[in-house]
Amino acid sequence: MSAERTGSEAAAVPSQRTSGTAPSAPAGQPERERVSAFASLSRVMLVAFVRDKSAVFFVLLFPLMFLLLFGTLLKGATSPHAKVVQVGSVQVLDAVQGDGRAELEKVLAITRSDDEAGSLEKVRKGDVDALIKQGPDGRVELRFSAADQVRAGAVQGIVNSVVQQANQAATGKPPAFTLDAARVEDESLKPIQFLTPGLLGWAVATGAVFSASLTLVTWRRKMVLRRLRLAPVSAGAIVSSRIAVSVLTALAQTAIFLAVATTPFFGLKLTGNWWLIIPLVICATIAFMSIGLLAGAVAKTEEAANGISQIIVLPMSFLSGSFFPTDDMPGWLKAISEAMPLRHLVTASQSVLSRGGGVTDALPTMGGMLLFAAVITAIAWRFFRWDDA
Amino acid sequence: MTAAISADGIRQRYGDVQAVDGVSLTVESGEFYGILGPNGAGKTTTLEILEGIRKPDEGRIELLGLAPWPRNPKLLRRIGVQFQASAFFNKLTARETIRTFGSFYGVGPKRADAMLERVGLTESAGVMTDKMSGGQAQRLSIACALVHDPELVFLDEPTTGLDPQARRNLWDLLRNINAEGRTVVLTTHYLDEAEVLCDRVSVMDHGKVLKTGAPAALIREIDDTVRISVESGLLTAERTRELLDAAGAEVTSVDDDGVSLAVATHLPAPVLSVLAEQNALRGLEVRGATLEDVFLQLTGREYRA
Repeated sequence: MSAERTGSEAAAVPSQRTSGTAPSAPAGQPERERVSAFASLSRVMLVAFVRDKSAVFFVLLFPLMFLLLFGTLLKGATSPHAKVVQVGSVQVLDAVQGDGRAELEKVLAITRSDDEAGSLEKVRKGDVDALIKQGPDGRVELRFSAADQVRAGAVQGIVNSVVQQANQAATGKPPAFTLDAARVEDESLKPIQFLTPGLLGWAVATGAVFSASLTLVTWRRKMVLRRLRLAPVSAGAIVSSRIAVSVLTALAQTAIFLAVATTPFFGLKLTGNWWLIIPLVICATIAFMSIGLLAGAVAKTEEAANGISQIIVLPMSFLSGSFFPTDDMPGWLKAISEAMPLRHLVTASQSVLSRGGGVTDALPTMGGMLLFAAVITAIAWRFFRWDDA
Repeated sequence: MTAAISADGIRQRYGDVQAVDGVSLTVESGEFYGILGPNGAGKTTTLEILEGIRKPDEGRIELLGLAPWPRNPKLLRRIGVQFQASAFFNKLTARETIRTFGSFYGVGPKRADAMLERVGLTESAGVMTDKMSGGQAQRLSIACALVHDPELVFLDEPTTGLDPQARRNLWDLLRNINAEGRTVVLTTHYLDEAEVLCDRVSVMDHGKVLKTGAPAALIREIDDTVRISVESGLLTAERTRELLDAAGAEVTSVDDDGVSLAVATHLPAPVLSVLAEQNALRGLEVRGATLEDVFLQLTGREYRA
């Protein structure tokens, strides 16, 4: 490369130089160097994250504290088992045996007692959900408390269906219509089943949005971006290393969450395709990072980037059902939440983690999140600046 | 042969401000070149355009025979840059920082560590960059610019904010870098620094190059008044003037500010002999023109932003 520098250059230079010993740029394969720029940038970001105690706390520990707190508070709040005390013999219940009995016990915990007055008192106190007995004329009597109307309604429904089935059986004809009472309860979520994907989604969104926006603003302000631009480092290496580190962080969050939620104490049961949470979290991280990129491109200071990120992440988490189910949300709010990647991450993770959802449930969500990332990144690119000036 | 830098008619405008207004300069290979100017003269913008960070509105630039714009990774391997403020990754130590920058150029950790030693930071290798002193940070910043053995090095005010010891140490380092055959381009507003280090300097103001040449040549060009001063109280100003007139010495001015009695003249010898006859040489100082005088003559004395 220094062929053109040989010759009589020394004469033209004001003072005599040791010409010819000019330093030469190191030779090397571009391919290998690209890889090592990616590797060392990834390392730089990972080290910066691990050494930033407050970042580690907010990204890894803070969401976990929420899971522990909510998980403990809401534990058993809506257990699918309705507790029923059976006084004396109740023909319609006793007649259910075998498979039918097992199905019934999935939704009703039946205890027997001969003390009708005492049992009624228990219902009144809310220790059990209902009392059931059979009157002399074949009438099934159900006594419940209105304190927990949802539970009371569920018990009524179940017992009513049992009575109807018994009636139908008494006619000796095969049933014209059947209803599987057990399914209703299986579809409703235990708190840990919506808390885990919800809080995990919030944690992943926080980590990805903040890491992208703060890296961009800090590097721009500290002129690292400018310095990188004057080094033979490709934009691809910078972007892919940031994505790699954020994805790694998100997967760490996922692993910690699942490890805690599946402990016997919280009792999350993973269903068949739970591993789909991994590609889902990866796609969601990329979508959230595009939001962070936009925030970082618009913001001039770290404080502004922090504020903009928080203004996006927190409402998005509430609207997406990260903290509580949003089934009762008005339609227009629901429409807004549908535009947010977190809503789709939460829904899809619920589906694959504990409702037996499969690849066909997860794939459209992943595609949508990547599309979202592409659109937002394109917008962010219009605001992107290498320099503060 | 190819000049290290050849720039022709660079112009750059920011809104109403013509930051760079037709700068042309040639830096020869192996030269130590200084760009001087008051704040806001357009030094940094010129440097940024030369480095290839900015595309100028007008003008043609070649570094080592290649165009710096658009970004050319082949050229980037051959140049080293240091900014006014240190550009370090957060939460890294000095050693991690230099190794990271080395890795961008395919330079291994051993050579990176050697560069750290070269700038005298081996003992501070484990210190976080945000805990380093100004001098340490500047040296690390320069080490990061040099880690890949560039042929052409740009340094933007490398000694600003350093204490005198740190400045002198950095000068030694910069001289050595240049002595190895690297071309060095430096901006500064310390005139003594330019005088000591640079083979040639360009004095800039209002986006234009006012004058270019070797520091000594520029100093000779201006009116070379010599300022002779001795302790105040040995002779009064009036008495001195009488004596000098009597001796036929031509003087520009005689002043006594209560600390020193100062005589400005083009011919120092008769003045010195008069003072010697009067035994009034205590605290004698003879000061010729410096690059500072050149600078002030070219750029004026009003305050700058």
